Amino acid sequence: MLREIRPAIVLLLVLTAITGLAYPLAMTAIAGVVFPEKAQGSLIERDGKVVGSALIGQEFKDDKYFHGRLSATLAPDPNDSIKTVSAPYNAANSGGSNLGPTSKALADRLKEDVDKLKAENPNAAVPVDLVTSSASGLDPDISPEAAQFQVPRIAKARNMPEDAVKQLVASNVQGRLLGLLGEPRVNVLALNLALDRAPAK
Amino acid sequence: MTMIGWLQIILYCVIIVALTKPLGGYMTHVFNGERTFLSPVLRPIEAGIYWISGVDEKREQHWLTYTVAMLLFHVGGFLIIYGVMRLQAVLPFNPAGQSAVAEDLSFNTAISFITNTNWQNYGGESTISYLVQMVGLTHQNFLSAATGIALAVALIRGFSRASMRTVGNFWVDVTRTTLYVLLPICVVYTLFLVWQGIPQTLGPYVEATTLEGAKQTIAVGPVASQVAIKMLGTNGGGFFNANAAHPFENPTALSNFVQMLSIFTLGAALTNVFGRMVGNQRQGWAILSVMGVLFIAGVAVTYWAEANGTSTLHALGLTGGNMEGKEVRFGIVASSLFAVITTAASCGAVNAMHDSFTALGGMIPLINMQLGEIIIGGVGAGLYGMLLFVVLAIFVAGLMVGRTPEYVGKKIEAREVKMAMLAILVLPLMYLGWTAVGVVYPAAVASMANAGPHGFTEVLYAFTSATGNNGSAFAGLTGNTFFYNLALASAMFVGRFFMIIPAMAIAGSLAAKKSVPPSAGTFPTTGGLFVGLVVGVILIIGGLTFFPALALGPIVEHLAMNAGQIF
Repeated sequence: MLREIRPAIVLLLVLTAITGLAYPLAMTAIAGVVFPEKAQGSLIERDGKVVGSALIGQEFKDDKYFHGRLSATLAPDPNDSIKTVSAPYNAANSGGSNLGPTSKALADRLKEDVDKLKAENPNAAVPVDLVTSSASGLDPDISPEAAQFQVPRIAKARNMPEDAVKQLVASNVQGRLLGLLGEPRVNVLALNLALDRAPAK
Repeated sequence: MTMIGWLQIILYCVIIVALTKPLGGYMTHVFNGERTFLSPVLRPIEAGIYWISGVDEKREQHWLTYTVAMLLFHVGGFLIIYGVMRLQAVLPFNPAGQSAVAEDLSFNTAISFITNTNWQNYGGESTISYLVQMVGLTHQNFLSAATGIALAVALIRGFSRASMRTVGNFWVDVTRTTLYVLLPICVVYTLFLVWQGIPQTLGPYVEATTLEGAKQTIAVGPVASQVAIKMLGTNGGGFFNANAAHPFENPTALSNFVQMLSIFTLGAALTNVFGRMVGNQRQGWAILSVMGVLFIAGVAVTYWAEANGTSTLHALGLTGGNMEGKEVRFGIVASSLFAVITTAASCGAVNAMHDSFTALGGMIPLINMQLGEIIIGGVGAGLYGMLLFVVLAIFVAGLMVGRTPEYVGKKIEAREVKMAMLAILVLPLMYLGWTAVGVVYPAAVASMANAGPHGFTEVLYAFTSATGNNGSAFAGLTGNTFFYNLALASAMFVGRFFMIIPAMAIAGSLAAKKSVPPSAGTFPTTGGLFVGLVVGVILIIGGLTFFPALALGPIVEHLAMNAGQIF
């Protein structure tokens, strides 16, 4: 048994060096050359400033922008570091609401949001993804229905014809891969950037 | 449920089955120490590693020595993780300036990673440095996976050998698995993941100014290299808190599909390795069939339950299924499928929040883990877990006809059955025992996030996941407390090693036995009857053990939900 001690120490250190340092560092170097932008986090710049990542959702509250999904992410309370406070789309602390199917808190939240959205657009059914919180709190996408649902509000706030906004949504829909994998979706940040570029009327 | 949803599920199963045979063939060569197409590159590295570590690759070990070597290896692994977590503030690769991790959380995380559990009481991006992610977590993702595979191979050798005292050399098995199986796949896989959009950088977190003018700090890091092995090695510990639901850990439908494939591929291929090493690949296919039956049944229930939604959603006229805690790019089907896969294997990565699943949709992941994660299972661990059930099923079959049972030419006798029972009984002892403590001890009760039966399920899920070395969670439960850090660590430790040691004892005792040629009275173990028998034994043993606990949690919650009750 004693002769197993040396491999237990040396082999562990060698394999740690290979898998814990050489592998991730080599992959970082290779990825940085082959896919430099993606390796950095698919960052989007506008006017020379980083406005976000193409893959990470951000909070939109203004009427003139499409809104993303609810985000349940938290941040440390500035007044008491042991507690946390709500901080939607905190991309340094991902997480979901973790409310269960029979949660009263969830039922109350859903009802409040559904009522609000029905008041905003009484002519369409409320899309479920617009009133449920995402798993990561950073979901960059909404369903095409959730985007279309918001078109009247955007058109009014931007003074644009509804058809123009609808077309913008349609041109930003990403379908299923090979018509099979995943779900149709619209990247909210990309759509809002396109909105900002669109000519106002 | 939709046609396109089922097509995705079927495509998944077809690809897994298609990969099983070629990968099984390659892995068999590796474990037998034969040349492979990678040998010209890797053989010199392998020989060099043996030389400096003083390993004689020709010298095989008795099962006890093999087990001791494995345990020593884990002591070292534990010390490395614990050390880098406690010292991260003064070590390099810490651009976010994370401070030292607390003692109890470091202890929990170290146990969690050496046992292949990867329970996340730590919040990746908010707690630990890049160095801990690489040297602590990525490295142990490799080694705990390699260990699981090595142990499964040792048990297979127990079945395939006759009249021998040894079961292989632990150091050689771990080194070869790491170099020839895990690393080459991970190198290619990492590049694929970066191509899909997963970051791989040592740079600091990015400060962005959003379109509405708010500040957003975006956590990045050497993510892709860790995600590759976390999936392939069925480890499951996320780089980020939200795990594979985070867009940087799983950005697209394709990355999600490939991640699901990589959870199952090695485990499925090991059934083929088993068949090849015992000299009849149909033995492997029979075991894969048992796993397949249980898997499809689980997927169907979870997919149905999630697509159906909850009565709260129905009351508000919301259709489209239960999207709370799910991501739009995955939707209902890919979230349900992922949840069943990750708990059937002992992966524990999640792409949706299981805590927000419907009662029945969340019950299937729980059942998968309570059955011992034998449906494909953890790399290696799933196969040796399943072989324990096979031993029991063969024993039951032998009792029915009054004949000493045999399996692949080995007589299954009292010692093997006792060891199998020990391994199988230790799991419910841990998760039911600790759950009982968790729902009465006041400091533990305070950790529940949801009221009513759902809170009970959170506790049951936590201890089941820890004991099964899964690592997924009903994440509302506040796990980073003194009680849970220590209690969960003990469940993970017992769940891993008290399964391994009996399994290795069986390996040693089987290897020493003579091989019995099949006769007219031998129960055939490649047909439908055998598959049905094993499925039956698994469900009866499982059902008797944990059905009462399920009745108190998800089942009563489902009934309450249908009655319109909320908590």
